[in-house]
Amino acid sequence: MRIVVCVKQVPDTQKVQVDPVTGVLIRNGIETKMNPYDLYALETALRIKEKTGAEIDVITMGPDAAKAVLYEAMALGADDAWLMSDRRFAGADVLATSFTLAQGIKTIGDVDLILCGKQTTDGDTAQVGPAIGEVLKIPHVSWVRKLMDADEKGLTVQQEMMDSVADVRLNYPCLLTVEKGIFEPGLPSYLKMKEAKKKDIHLLNMDKCECRDAKRYGLSGSPTQVEKIFEPTYDLESVRLEGSTEENAAALFVKLQEMKVIEGGK
Amino acid sequence: MRPYKKIDAEDIAVLRTFVPKERFFVEDEIHPDYAHDEMMIYGKKEPDVVIQIKSADEASKIMKYASEHNIAVTPRGAGTGLCGGCVPLYGGIVINTSLMNQILEIDPDTMSITLEPGVLLMEVQEAVKAAGFLYAPDPGEKSATVGGNVMTNAGGMRAVKYGVTRDYVRGMQVVTPEGEILELGGKVAKNSSGYSLLHLMVGSEGTLGVVTRITMKILPSPKKMTSLLIPFDSLSAALKTVPEIMKLPEVATTIEFMEKEVLDDAQEYLGKEFPNRNYPAYLIVSYSGNSQQHIESMLDMASKTAMENGALDVFLSDTQERQETIWNARGAFLEAIKNSTTEMDECDVVLNIDKVAEFVEYTRECSKKYNVRIRSFGHAGDGNLHVYICKDNLDDETWNTVVEEVMNGFYAKARALNGQVSGEHGIGHAKKKYLEESVGASQMNLMKKIKRVFDPQGILNPGKIVD
Repeated sequence: MRIVVCVKQVPDTQKVQVDPVTGVLIRNGIETKMNPYDLYALETALRIKEKTGAEIDVITMGPDAAKAVLYEAMALGADDAWLMSDRRFAGADVLATSFTLAQGIKTIGDVDLILCGKQTTDGDTAQVGPAIGEVLKIPHVSWVRKLMDADEKGLTVQQEMMDSVADVRLNYPCLLTVEKGIFEPGLPSYLKMKEAKKKDIHLLNMDKCECRDAKRYGLSGSPTQVEKIFEPTYDLESVRLEGSTEENAAALFVKLQEMKVIEGGK
Repeated sequence: MRPYKKIDAEDIAVLRTFVPKERFFVEDEIHPDYAHDEMMIYGKKEPDVVIQIKSADEASKIMKYASEHNIAVTPRGAGTGLCGGCVPLYGGIVINTSLMNQILEIDPDTMSITLEPGVLLMEVQEAVKAAGFLYAPDPGEKSATVGGNVMTNAGGMRAVKYGVTRDYVRGMQVVTPEGEILELGGKVAKNSSGYSLLHLMVGSEGTLGVVTRITMKILPSPKKMTSLLIPFDSLSAALKTVPEIMKLPEVATTIEFMEKEVLDDAQEYLGKEFPNRNYPAYLIVSYSGNSQQHIESMLDMASKTAMENGALDVFLSDTQERQETIWNARGAFLEAIKNSTTEMDECDVVLNIDKVAEFVEYTRECSKKYNVRIRSFGHAGDGNLHVYICKDNLDDETWNTVVEEVMNGFYAKARALNGQVSGEHGIGHAKKKYLEESVGASQMNLMKKIKRVFDPQGILNPGKIVD
């Protein structure tokens, strides 16, 4: 069994800064890290590996510096790593990115399960994972918050929906995007990290992909027109319950149900 | 002087005139929490009056009145102490400083912060960070007040590199037991001007004066902090590695030890898994610095030393998410142990760092001998342990005997190893007996005389540290 985990190198900052004039993300001088959500995907892969003995490959698209997250993934327990790096991949939107990664996954070959984080902390679209599934024409489930079972044939997972949770059974090949907290990610071994840097990483450019039509990749494969980029504003909602103890308890019960902290029909 | 005057209606009528009515509480208006701190095992006692002060002037009026009428006064911050330090053993007045919660100034030119005593530790850390600096003391209880931290000379996680709260106090405004307002020290960076009354106040647990303003040193903030989580097959192997790490050319910011059992308690308490959790014992070693290269050279040295001393692996915590996971778990240990048992008693001894392993081994022997659950964690890098005896299902009578004998044993062992009674929690009224046994009659007499110089009538926080 082979699992591919898609990972991305993102800025190591809580606040993404945007150049107010050009509207482009400021990446210079900012340290990087693995997209935190991808760590949950990788940890999910490691837990499935414990059960099934699967082999784990990690793949990323990015410049040479993105190798850092692949080394880290190997220090965490991934077996093999793939870097998709090509000038022709640059400037990719969700469509081109998912197409490119799907090409990479096809090149790896014989993949049973693809795992992605629910979203990245820089782009925040949460679309690349499901879009890879669409390109590959395989079943995919987003917002997976719990892995209930994994065997040689497929998986049973719990999916976080807006107002409910759904239990879903999928057969391989399939793709999942996982929620934060599905499993607690382990820390990378500092010693293995040093060893990992001596390992080879498979390099993929467009010429090694099944589709060599440059119009499908990078900026030319990206129909998205960015009109404006701005910093998001956050609203912290705080609710104060002012009723009697009984009323407050009832209101809190409903609130906790809405948050899916407790079960029960509405 | 004991017996203190019992507060009557006339006293209340006068005291009421010192503050607006919404900051004055008597009888049923007094919240039950004023009768204890976080260790209810040391007993409770309700005050007769609680006054929330907002200025040194108010404190002065209260103290003048109290000293004229021989009324006991107990100052109190957030009440997060662990030795009964804020419990009004003789009733009387509790002065609560938690509404004095303003940060008055962060002064980059003198690298200092001036604040009121009721500011919470988490607030001061956040404010100093937002200004681009570091508030170095890092006690575990973030909802404690800075006034409380100063008055107990709180230590915390970063003491290995940065020292304790005392090392950061530059100036203080205090109200004496007789109501005089003193300005001790200032913003100056050093001071050899006579006896340091300032440093007598630090760690005095509110027995010498009521603190109403504090000036503290702040530091340039290191750009990056990275931690190593280092597993070992036994706690003694972990602890024996600590002096070796301390010998390295770069000082670690933090060296903490923890055992699997305490981690399990923390996991259950937080409802969250701990990463890489299946090892018997761990050290957490942190380094701070300004460049990746610099930090990496420290990590290289520390991991090499750890592996040479029996570490099973070295895990890296290098992002904010990872640091939060580790430190949130570490920060929850006390509450987690509390949550795991029916009642507990605590010991906060500090030892030479090469004796910590021997002491922990002794706690294990006690656990077996008395058939009682004992948990420990603590600051391996400065020799300060927190050891907890858990009551679990023991009946009261057995528990009282066991806890007494085990505690006597702990302090005797600490004494034999040239350790001290308290590393950072203080003495309060709970540890007085052990202080006396530890420092001896001559030192206790000097402390009593010092107390009398500041507080001739003995009205301020009576029954704490010395009698």
